[in-house]
Amino acid sequence: MDFRLSEDQRALRAGMRDLLAARFPREKLRKSAEADPAKRAPLDRALWRELGEIGMFSLRLSEKEGGAGLGLPEAVLVFEEAGRALLPGPLAATHLAAGLVPGAADGATVVTALEGDGVVEQLDAADAVLLLEGPTVRALPVDDGTGALAAARPLRSVDPTTPLHYLPPADEAMQGAERAGQAKGLAVGRLCGEAALLTAAQQLGSAARTLEMAVAYVKVRTQFARPIGAFQAVQHVCARMLARTEIARSSVYAASLTMTLGDTCAAKLLADEAAVRNARDCLQLHGGLGFTWDADVHLHLKRAWVRQAQWQSAAKAEEALAAALLEDPGDCMTETANRANGAV
Amino acid sequence: MTAVDLTRTREEEDFRRRLRDWLHRTLPTLPPKPSPADWPARRAYDCAWQRALYDAGYAGLHWPADAGGQGATPTQHLIFLEETELAGAPYVGANFVGLLHAGPTIAVEGTATQRARWLPPILRGEEVWCQGFSEPEAGSDLASLRTRAVRDGDAYVVTGSKTWTSHAEVADWCELLVRTDLSAPGHRGLSWLAMRMDAPGVTVRPLRTLAGSTEFAEVFLDEVRVPVAQRVGAENDGWRVTMVTLSFERGTAFAGEVVACRRTLALLARAAQENGQWEDAALRRRLGRLNAEFTALWRLAQWNASEAAHALRTGGRGVPGVGASVFKLRYSHARQDLYDAAAEALGPLSLDAGHEWTLERLSSLSYTIAAGTSQIQQNIIAERILGLPRGR
Ligand SMILES: Cc1cc2nc3c(=O)[nH]c(=O)nc-3n(C[C@H](O)[C@H](O)[C@H](O)COP(=O)(O)OP(=O)(O)OC[C@H]3O[C@@H](n4cnc5c(N)ncnc54)[C@H](O)[C@@H]3O)c2cc1C
Repeated sequence: MDFRLSEDQRALRAGMRDLLAARFPREKLRKSAEADPAKRAPLDRALWRELGEIGMFSLRLSEKEGGAGLGLPEAVLVFEEAGRALLPGPLAATHLAAGLVPGAADGATVVTALEGDGVVEQLDAADAVLLLEGPTVRALPVDDGTGALAAARPLRSVDPTTPLHYLPPADEAMQGAERAGQAKGLAVGRLCGEAALLTAAQQLGSAARTLEMAVAYVKVRTQFARPIGAFQAVQHVCARMLARTEIARSSVYAASLTMTLGDTCAAKLLADEAAVRNARDCLQLHGGLGFTWDADVHLHLKRAWVRQAQWQSAAKAEEALAAALLEDPGDCMTETANRANGAV
Repeated sequence: MTAVDLTRTREEEDFRRRLRDWLHRTLPTLPPKPSPADWPARRAYDCAWQRALYDAGYAGLHWPADAGGQGATPTQHLIFLEETELAGAPYVGANFVGLLHAGPTIAVEGTATQRARWLPPILRGEEVWCQGFSEPEAGSDLASLRTRAVRDGDAYVVTGSKTWTSHAEVADWCELLVRTDLSAPGHRGLSWLAMRMDAPGVTVRPLRTLAGSTEFAEVFLDEVRVPVAQRVGAENDGWRVTMVTLSFERGTAFAGEVVACRRTLALLARAAQENGQWEDAALRRRLGRLNAEFTALWRLAQWNASEAAHALRTGGRGVPGVGASVFKLRYSHARQDLYDAAAEALGPLSLDAGHEWTLERLSSLSYTIAAGTSQIQQNIIAERILGLPRGR
């Protein structure tokens, strides 16, 4: 056991951070978050292709398949940075579709997923939708001609940078399409576990970022003739933000190695909690400024709410972890074997 | 590439198997647990267990070899904690201070003579230690302590009083923090001494805890002579030594309890299933979330252990870092949540103070106070990790 990041892994994370700072600077984020929905930038396909080029989606494919042959531990670091920068789009779905849906690996196509309770992210921008009913994953082209997705109703998404559609679960046309969609030979359970982990990684990145924003702000904002960061009430909020971030971090990194049910569910729950709670605390510490559209903190909170509902809701994760208690009293403690590429 | 890694080597897996077999054979032969009120019996029980570990080669696993330890890898130590806790082996009990923070401090800070004198009896379960840091007027603000030690030839003459001293009644030794320079303010004039509890002038008056037992005591010191040779670290450098002690106490001393909590959680789920409470989705989800918390805490313990081991390899001394405060903060609250959830699962039986979990619920209340309160842990995180201005 050496449960620390290696030099290479640190370098990968730092490289991704620099790259996103250059290709997805704050102005781009703000452009996609215009207060007026009509003025918002749609999903940036050029950026999506750039992400494809740097290996965001093909990272875990073998070199023979055009990938980098890396594993989930590395993917988690890349997704952490994406979450930190609030990079929009169905990143986890497209990453998992690499090698299954043509064009996903190099960012030529945008692949989203119909999961959870019928919510689909970025349906208008997507080329294909992953369907998760049944034992194996199916992929449905968005313009498959059956009109199966026509019933999807656009929501006024709470997150301005993540357009959402809602498709009632019992839709008949959809059930037909589920049968018709092309089977992809990947187990749904595995895909959902990996997607939950990659989503948790994004939440971790967001939580670390709002902590950083809060700490930077309380060091410079002065009230009562001293930086507000000198007030203990403020300090303790920051301390709890750090504790949330660090416990989520060890959980996410551990899950990327073990992919056990216990570790993955814990990672998603704790990272969701860290992202949502840290964003709220960050907002609070910014005072009135935190309540404005121009501050970035609401974007973190709204994205955190969307990601929290995706791939594995708290209710599902908690029920799964509760059920696990009845099975094996110590499984999640002793099961720590690394698995190549996170394969289950 | 040496990657982030949770695997275990063949040797480590062999180690686990041998340990598991040994526990399987040994635990059924243990005598019944003594009553919590009977301290001499508790001491005897805890020390017999430690002796058994020693004889089987499991004492001081991760202590350095020149401190009588086995120089085991941090993984082996964590395996030891996992296996003993999962098997329901006895808790360290009276040996908490000696094994988990006084001993480790002496191993890092003590002279060769001091290590040879004090460490082997701790490992063999022959000598019990207690911690004399807190005073009536110095708790969170430990550095304001007043117990003074005045040099007289080759001894210090110590006068003052300590309080909340856990299992002082049955301890042979006390890690004692005293003021050796009366003119130096705060943390500057302190020294760390090892004091015999049977030295003339030491009086112990047990205090009753809210759980009804006498877990801790007041210790009065009236001109107690402590040989200068029993000082660990330089004179007036005791605060630095104390920071080492507290790092062990907060960083590693509770790691095994996380596994024990996870085990209790599983038992609790079974109990809820038997009494019908499992039908309640709110309770199930609460237990599920606790499962996440303890799973993550264990991962954090592994992370911290790896950091410490890395520091050791690269010239450091294997003392846990400030990350210890993060662990201590989250663990203390998780433990309290666990026993609150147990009360919900037990229903009316939770009002029976004779029930093991009700007693644990009561004693869990100390976790956010002892070894540095939650407020103090948050001060440490804010100032030392986040670099915020000194609080007010
Ligand atoms: C079960 C148990 C066992 C113990 N065993 C031992 C032992 O063996 N040896 C030993 O030396 N000590 C022991 N202690 C003592 C323990 O370390 C102290 O109780 C603890 O450090 C708090 O000190 P105090 O009790 O004086 O509380 P105080 O320091 O008076 O604190 C009272 C309240 O004020 C808050 N507070 C104080 N200062 C600050 C601040 N700067 N910012 C914010 N809030 C603050 C605290 O968080 C707390 O809520 C034990 C305590 C318990 C409960």
